[in-house]
Amino acid sequence: MSDLKKIKDEFLSKLSGKLDISEINQIKSDLFGKSGLISTQFKKIGTIAESERKKFASDLNIIKDELQDLINSKTNELKSAEINEKLEKEKIDITLPERSFVRGKIHPVSQTIDEISSIFSEIGFSVEEGPDVENEYNNFTALNTPENHPARDMHDTFYLDEKKQKLLRTHTSPVQIRTMLKDKPPFKIIAPGRTYRSDSDQTHSPMFHQVEGLHIDKNINMGHLKGCLNYFIKEFFEVDKIKMRFRPSHFPFTEPSAEVDIGYEMKDGKIIIGEGNQWLEILGCGMVHPNVLKNVKVDPSKFQGYAFGIGIDRLAMLKYGINDLRAFFDCDYRWLNHFGFDPLDVPTNYRGLSR
Amino acid sequence: MIITLDWLKDHLKTNLKEKNLLEQLTNIGLEVESVESLSGDNELFKVAEIIKTEKHPNADRLKVCDVNIGENEIKKVVCGAENAKEGLLTIYAPPGAIIPKTKTKLVVAKIRGVTSYGMLCSESELNLSDESDGITELTKEFRKNIGKSYFSKSKSNLIDLSITPNRPDCLGVRGIARDLAASGFGKLVDLEEKKIHSKNRHTLKVKINKEKGQGCTAFGSCLITNVKNSESPKWLKDKLISIGQKPISAIVDITNYVMLDINRPLHAYDADKIEKGIIVRNSKSGEEFTALDNKNYKLDSGMCVISDNKGVLGLGGIIGGTRSGTEFNTKNILLESAYFEPGSIRNTAKKLNLDTDAKFRFERGIDPLSIEDGLNKAAKLIKEICGGEISKIDIQKIETYKTKKIKFDPNIFEKISGFKIPLKEMTKILEDLGFEVKKGKKRLELTVPSWRPDISQEVDIVEELVRITGYEKIKYIEPIKQRKKSTLNKYQKLFHFLQRSVASKGYLEAITWSFTDKRYNDYFRDIKKEIKIINPISSELGVLRNSIFSNLIFYINKNLDRGFKDLSIFEIGPIFNGSNPGEQNTVICGLSAGKKSRLSWIEKDRNVDVFDVKRDVVQTLVEAGYNSEKFFIDNETPNYYHPGKSGRLFLNNGKNRMAAYFGEIHPNILKQIDMKTESLVGFEIFMDNLKLPEKSLRDLKLKFSFSDYQKSERDFAFIVNKDVNAQDLVDSISSVDKSLINNVKVFDIYEGDNIPKNHKSIAISVTIQSSERTLNEHDLEKINNLIIKTVENKTGAKIRS
Repeated sequence: MSDLKKIKDEFLSKLSGKLDISEINQIKSDLFGKSGLISTQFKKIGTIAESERKKFASDLNIIKDELQDLINSKTNELKSAEINEKLEKEKIDITLPERSFVRGKIHPVSQTIDEISSIFSEIGFSVEEGPDVENEYNNFTALNTPENHPARDMHDTFYLDEKKQKLLRTHTSPVQIRTMLKDKPPFKIIAPGRTYRSDSDQTHSPMFHQVEGLHIDKNINMGHLKGCLNYFIKEFFEVDKIKMRFRPSHFPFTEPSAEVDIGYEMKDGKIIIGEGNQWLEILGCGMVHPNVLKNVKVDPSKFQGYAFGIGIDRLAMLKYGINDLRAFFDCDYRWLNHFGFDPLDVPTNYRGLSR
Repeated sequence: MIITLDWLKDHLKTNLKEKNLLEQLTNIGLEVESVESLSGDNELFKVAEIIKTEKHPNADRLKVCDVNIGENEIKKVVCGAENAKEGLLTIYAPPGAIIPKTKTKLVVAKIRGVTSYGMLCSESELNLSDESDGITELTKEFRKNIGKSYFSKSKSNLIDLSITPNRPDCLGVRGIARDLAASGFGKLVDLEEKKIHSKNRHTLKVKINKEKGQGCTAFGSCLITNVKNSESPKWLKDKLISIGQKPISAIVDITNYVMLDINRPLHAYDADKIEKGIIVRNSKSGEEFTALDNKNYKLDSGMCVISDNKGVLGLGGIIGGTRSGTEFNTKNILLESAYFEPGSIRNTAKKLNLDTDAKFRFERGIDPLSIEDGLNKAAKLIKEICGGEISKIDIQKIETYKTKKIKFDPNIFEKISGFKIPLKEMTKILEDLGFEVKKGKKRLELTVPSWRPDISQEVDIVEELVRITGYEKIKYIEPIKQRKKSTLNKYQKLFHFLQRSVASKGYLEAITWSFTDKRYNDYFRDIKKEIKIINPISSELGVLRNSIFSNLIFYINKNLDRGFKDLSIFEIGPIFNGSNPGEQNTVICGLSAGKKSRLSWIEKDRNVDVFDVKRDVVQTLVEAGYNSEKFFIDNETPNYYHPGKSGRLFLNNGKNRMAAYFGEIHPNILKQIDMKTESLVGFEIFMDNLKLPEKSLRDLKLKFSFSDYQKSERDFAFIVNKDVNAQDLVDSISSVDKSLINNVKVFDIYEGDNIPKNHKSIAISVTIQSSERTLNEHDLEKINNLIIKTVENKTGAKIRS
């Protein structure tokens, strides 16, 4: 047996045993130290006969690599065992609770306003606003509701002065007046906002929200009104089909006027919109009265169009199954948390209005 | 407006089923609000007599009544009404009956230990009237009906229609029938009211004073002498009871019947109680009279009154007076049928806070040409039922009604409705509605029926035609998906951004009322003007809010009472500075109570503090695109903040636009409202003061520059006077060399050992980096020295060695 084979066999057997890091280091220096066995063999290469030298050198290199690889892998094994042992000691109970976090929410009325704006945005409406405190003219007179008009009775108005000149707007319709006075036709706007009536019971709250719609151009007729509202309701309730009924009504600022009902049914105590044979009134609308157009210096022989007013709170209640209107404004933490929306849920057309 | 199908059929010939008629009523704009079945159950309500009352043994206010319900059957009924007394004729409901108003089913019940078999009903419980004080009192004529059902056996349903204020004509059954007939549902029955042919003189003089603001333009009347007022005949009583009205006496019932039937209000006076003659005039300030509701009214000047020599008899078109009211023993009657101006009626009724059936009708507009028809119809009925002699009709007028004419271009119909109907159909509909139609060259010449005060221009005609043809004929025109103008303006975008930005920091969005309790408002009013609501819903909601805090703190407190401890809510909405339109600002107001973290296995206990809200404010503004390096903060805040723990933030050094307040709420307020929480901090961001960022996000994105040269961090500790703000040090360091000083950060504040009294140590770390080259030791040394020198000079600080 050659020396090389002897070295190889001896050390392979040594390395096959259980070793600690210092023993491995010892073996390493026994082999590859300055006067280690392998190092010594390398020094011998020059002395070997030329004919055998090449083979010797090759054999030696193979043995060297084999032993070295084995030592390396042994070392790595030990190191990783050491790390594993350390990590094992660091183990924690991962079922313990996380650090506390808080979640904010967006009020369902705000969310609904964003949904409404998103829908009307698609068909070219832009958003206008007006002040909560209005003068009597914008809220009533300009809207063809002169003093002593019985329709004023339907609006229980909060007044801010004895002369009843300043009031909290009873509807969002004065924004129509402001918008038309400010700009020139065509107009295509919605105006969401707070509205006030001195009425308070189970189904009425002294403050509520409306969204006003106004579309004035040449040749806008009742067909456009019907199409627009049908589109809106379908989109809002996220259904393909909607049962809808327009029936004649009266508002001083529109002529002809209509109220709109949508069909619904109750299934297992839940309201299903768009089916069934029950009717639910959801909005009022009509063709803007020529007197209103005259009041804002729009020529009714050239321009005409429609307007509508929708109760936002009511829509939110229907869509999200909220029973009590008054709870909207009662700030119950549990209610806000339950009915509120994550601020990241911004209603958009491409992502959809709601999850 | 309540009608029954039976009554409707007095005017409408039809074989259609009730269901179809009801649907059609809604389709033509006479909305059916409810249909109430009166058949069956209502027969249970019996005429009964109280024969004995005793005080309830266990309740002072209750009585135990023995009630005779006929055929010698006596029931014990517990009753709380004050007017329950022996001998009273009233209406009894047995166990099993359903009370019309409350829809509750009666059961035999023990009331405070005494068993009550049934109930004695008030008029309001039976939907007979709004009278809810005490039980119904029936006249002695009902004695013979004891034990019999009070309501007739009519099988007709009560149909409640919601009549819009523009349609006074439909406040009479005939008007409703006319609309149905015009829409092809039945045929309107001809009612030729025969005129009274009388030779008897009308001996009572009537005069309408011609004065400014006279509310009466025509006053028709006739005298009926030697009548015998009595109970109404069964058909008439049944008719009134069928729609839920209480019969009173023949004369009153007849005037009510005519009013309900053809919407012609009438008034009957006891002619013997009128002194000399009738004068219709404006009231004088301070005049008084007692009305038929038994209330005394003191009048302003200028109200339209019917009077005689002695004074006011009644308010024309609103309510009569007791002095000249008819009673069972009335012998001679003056029957009035007049026209009162809607505006005048409304003014008077509003001032006196009076609401009557007549007022409701006159303020909407009564057919001015129905004066005679009304007198004819009622006088004849009175003669039929009560006997007597009718005089000639006298009509006094100060104005003559002029018929309204409209020229109608048939093309306008399609222009507005979007669909077509043939001219022939248009004509027929209009004629059926009572218009006279003449065909002109291009237009129809229309005469508007006198009962339609709502029709005055072409578009009104369009409405009539669309309404009767049916709204379902209108086509759906799909909207075009095209946007010419952006949906939101920049300011509205900012509103939405801030709203969601604040919510993302853990605040629940609340929406509270724009008005608030004066007491709470005063806590946060600061120097603002209080804005009162003249007619608030309650005294606790009497003022417009000057700050959103007033509501938020109230509701936070309510939630603390519910057992929550750590709460963050915010609202974005208006606050008010004055009572003129536009004197309002949009504010985002947040309030946090309790602790930021509660002691847990991993976290330490920590109250929310001013630096939490400061972060929320600053982060929100930074997210919205404002540069925090330019922010300027000082400690001048309104009096509702803790004076030492609150701040004011400007978007820039210029101090001209105050963007926000933040801080601890003043502890005194918490004490006054008895709020128990570890900590309460809040903020207000004033949206109107936020100048929209000049540069768009896109502009900012275009400029992307950074430096790859070596950064150096140097720490400094300065000792300064205690009242020097950290911000002053940071500002002066930043000002040393803006191109080199990248970041300045306060990392420690220290007072105590080794620091002189009234001084503090502020430790600051400064990042220095050039965008042009790597700085060498020499450069750094130079800038270090400059920093120290500048800070020491500007703030009086000393570097800590």
